[in-house]
Amino acid sequence: MRGKQRLSLSVNGERVEALVASYKTLLEALREDLGLTGTKHGCELGECGACTVLLDGAPVLSCLTLAIECEGRSVQTIEGLARGPELHPLQAAFADCGGSQCGYCTPGVIMTAKALLDRNPNPSQQEIKEATAGNLCRCTGYNQIVEAIEQAADVLRKEAA
Amino acid sequence: MKKKLEVVGKARRRVDGRSKVTGALRYADDLFMPRMLFAKLLRSPHPHAVIQEIDFEKAKRHPGVHLVLTGKDFPVPFGIMPVSVDEYPLARERVRYVGDPVAAVIAVDEQSAVEALHLIDVRYKVLPPVSGPEEGLKNPEPRIHDYGEQGNIHRNQSYEFGDTAEALAKSDHVFEDLFFYEGNTHLPMEQQASLAFVDQDGKLQISSSTQNPHYLHRQLARVLQIPEARIRVVATPNGGGFGGKCDPGGHEFVVCKAALVLGRPVKIGLTREEVFYVHRGRHPVLMKMKTGVTKDGRLTGMHLQTLLDGGGYGSHGPASTFYTGVLTPVTYHYPRFKFEACRVFTNKPACGPKRGHGTPQPRFGQEVQLDKIAEKLGLDPAELRLRNLVKENSLTASWLRVGSTQLKECIEKVVEMSGWKERRGRLGKGRGLGLACSTYMCGAGVAIYWNKMPHSGVQVLLDRSGAVIVYCGATEIGQGSDDVLAAIVAETLGVDTSVVRVVTGDTGIAPVDLGSYSSRVTIMAGNAAIQAAERLRVQIAAVVSETLGTLPDRVAFSQGRVFAADNAGPGMSFVEAVHAAEAALGTLSAVGSYSPPKPPGKYKGAGVGPSPAYSFSACIVETEVDERTGWVHVPKIWIAHDIGRALNPTLARGQVIGGVYMGLGEALMEEQSFRRLPEKLSGALVHRAPSMLDYKSLTSLDMPDVEVALIEDPDPNCPYGAKEVGQGPLLPVMPAVANAIFDAVGVRIDEIPITPDKVLKALHDKDKRVGPASFPAVPYPKPTFVLPPWEGGDGNETKRDAAAAVV
Repeated sequence: MRGKQRLSLSVNGERVEALVASYKTLLEALREDLGLTGTKHGCELGECGACTVLLDGAPVLSCLTLAIECEGRSVQTIEGLARGPELHPLQAAFADCGGSQCGYCTPGVIMTAKALLDRNPNPSQQEIKEATAGNLCRCTGYNQIVEAIEQAADVLRKEAA
Repeated sequence: MKKKLEVVGKARRRVDGRSKVTGALRYADDLFMPRMLFAKLLRSPHPHAVIQEIDFEKAKRHPGVHLVLTGKDFPVPFGIMPVSVDEYPLARERVRYVGDPVAAVIAVDEQSAVEALHLIDVRYKVLPPVSGPEEGLKNPEPRIHDYGEQGNIHRNQSYEFGDTAEALAKSDHVFEDLFFYEGNTHLPMEQQASLAFVDQDGKLQISSSTQNPHYLHRQLARVLQIPEARIRVVATPNGGGFGGKCDPGGHEFVVCKAALVLGRPVKIGLTREEVFYVHRGRHPVLMKMKTGVTKDGRLTGMHLQTLLDGGGYGSHGPASTFYTGVLTPVTYHYPRFKFEACRVFTNKPACGPKRGHGTPQPRFGQEVQLDKIAEKLGLDPAELRLRNLVKENSLTASWLRVGSTQLKECIEKVVEMSGWKERRGRLGKGRGLGLACSTYMCGAGVAIYWNKMPHSGVQVLLDRSGAVIVYCGATEIGQGSDDVLAAIVAETLGVDTSVVRVVTGDTGIAPVDLGSYSSRVTIMAGNAAIQAAERLRVQIAAVVSETLGTLPDRVAFSQGRVFAADNAGPGMSFVEAVHAAEAALGTLSAVGSYSPPKPPGKYKGAGVGPSPAYSFSACIVETEVDERTGWVHVPKIWIAHDIGRALNPTLARGQVIGGVYMGLGEALMEEQSFRRLPEKLSGALVHRAPSMLDYKSLTSLDMPDVEVALIEDPDPNCPYGAKEVGQGPLLPVMPAVANAIFDAVGVRIDEIPITPDKVLKALHDKDKRVGPASFPAVPYPKPTFVLPPWEGGDGNETKRDAAAAVV
């Protein structure tokens, strides 16, 4: 259990190698071994969604994913979302619409929303609520999160057009 | 000089917005240091027991372990309130709830520390636990603490403002109701974490997810017995607080002590289960409310009795006990008011301050009872409330000064927005509308510890780059206090918030602010910030007025420029003005501070409740009740909040919706409740649901659309007129839900949370009600008797006989 294993994966588009204890979750490997603390934890039991990252493009709870399961795979975290110095439209919309208050759930919600908009560029309010229902937020009451995702979807659609 | 507002009142991205959406913001557990060690706590499996022996030899020898600490290492107790210093970082002789910390292991990693915890052998002598306040009243022995009023009563108090029995006797109707409000917890998304180390100069530093670095600072000095000047507390941005990070926590002392002993950085991060045990959340409160009313719907008086389940420690309990009564007469005029409250120690995690601190419970009872009164008198519930409003610039029977109030406008606004008059009673079977109102303080008028110093201090430094640096001890817990400070300073100096940098929550750098509690930061730190920024403006104006060809008080600061107000001409840039002033005066810096006005009440106990201003809210909830399942669906909520002025409307609206969300969760599902394990499994009193899965809270799918109206009427005591918005909007939601359920299906649920089983039970009950059936005989003391302002009182306690003579 305590021995470390060599792990090679792609994080935010870059190939990364690290020695990671075999018991560690992807959450722990990202935060403790790769210095990417943008991914948060609220329970470490798969209950709150704060640790959501994209694994091969699909949202996963990094607290329930073993790091060594991610060998050779592709992980996207909040740190990789901005386009250089420019915020991703989701990030800009969360900041502008009040979708983020204490900010602790924000990285997880934004990554969940990213996965939603990647597969459905024009979601209804109900679809947004369903997609983010696994991400608990104690500050916003969700209204402004939904508004932020709608606004970002709008911007992204215009970009694509 | 008055000018058009340029920053205040405009919807803006908050100053810390970018750091939150990029993952760049560092919360306490995001901090890592070289050679850092990790701490874990061993917690009591018993609700009530004497610690006979702790054997940690094996744990000490476990690979990777550097230190084991127990209660013996902490001889000095702590407590957030000077009257309730009853807690040790690690329990010494006694454990008082399941989860009370008894030992700590510090090791190279969390894994080793957890393994070592299992090797610690604690021998307990189990004591009978007290599971609730009624049990505590019945069983004065064994005492949970050897202090307090008597037996297991922690606090017991009684106040009477005018002869309330007489007022009730003379009323046309007297309504007597019992209500119960179950406890619930903050559930911040961020689990508490702390990192302590000894810095390069040998001083102790702790970075911690605390709402109140100043109070933690004082308690650390006390417990660790080192001078305050050798400790620096940095409140990291809190991932949500809601009151749950107000008390110092055992873990904070443990990492500091370990860092001092080992000379290495020590971090701790609590598990989610531990966060439920640390708690300090909403007190369960049983209430008895007797209210008199005339036949035309004028309130004549109220006699309120409350019984609080305090849990195992004092925490903020003495204040919480007061708060179950003191704000009750702020919304409506009660000519007479009597209030008795009792807090009992029980063997559960200590209760303390949660958003609304002690006031949501009586507000629930008061607003549901008003609904019953309106029904009985055949009055529109909105009309009944409008008839009884507290007037602007008046005193309550209890000598609280109410300044600005827009409660009337709030009620009228939600009535209009929701279509109350046209839709109420016409929504069809199972659907209803309910109304309720509330108020909250804009900061407590008195500090937690007695002192004559200001409640908030701000220092503003002007750099020759044109950057404005604002230092303040206020803590950003998500509510937007950094943004408030930046906006206020930017507005006052006529610059954009992008040139303002805010440095907050750091006792080693910034002037004291008492903390992020009681909705005090906007008002108190905001007023201090205005004072500091205005002092700088005066300095600059004095220097540049001659160049500008005007008088100093005619120098205007706007949009990054400084010019003569009567001759907008070219003027100069803010940076040029700073250069000129610095050349003439030297480095430019100013401080400001704020102390709230002295409260008018002079009786002992008059210090809890006064505030520089009060916010007001009115809320209407729509419900759809399924009579087969008892399920309550809430499709829509309308709320109007008297905010004075919205400094940043985006954030203000967010606070309102967030408050409504938390209130709706409390109304329908959130409960921090306990159960006894079967005897064969120890019979211990355990938390029913110490996980985020079992502790139910609303998800995005459960949350209705909330329509918000911000009612703006600037309050003269508040910075740019801005009152609080962080707590008030939560408070009317619970009673509005209960009233809407009555409107929908005709049942009264006099109890929170309103779960489907209770609705079903009430539908089948002959009285169509679920709620407490009796109130125990509480040995309340003889009341402190004070005459209301309109009966010739002077705010002091009076003898009742003398009172009779006056009246």
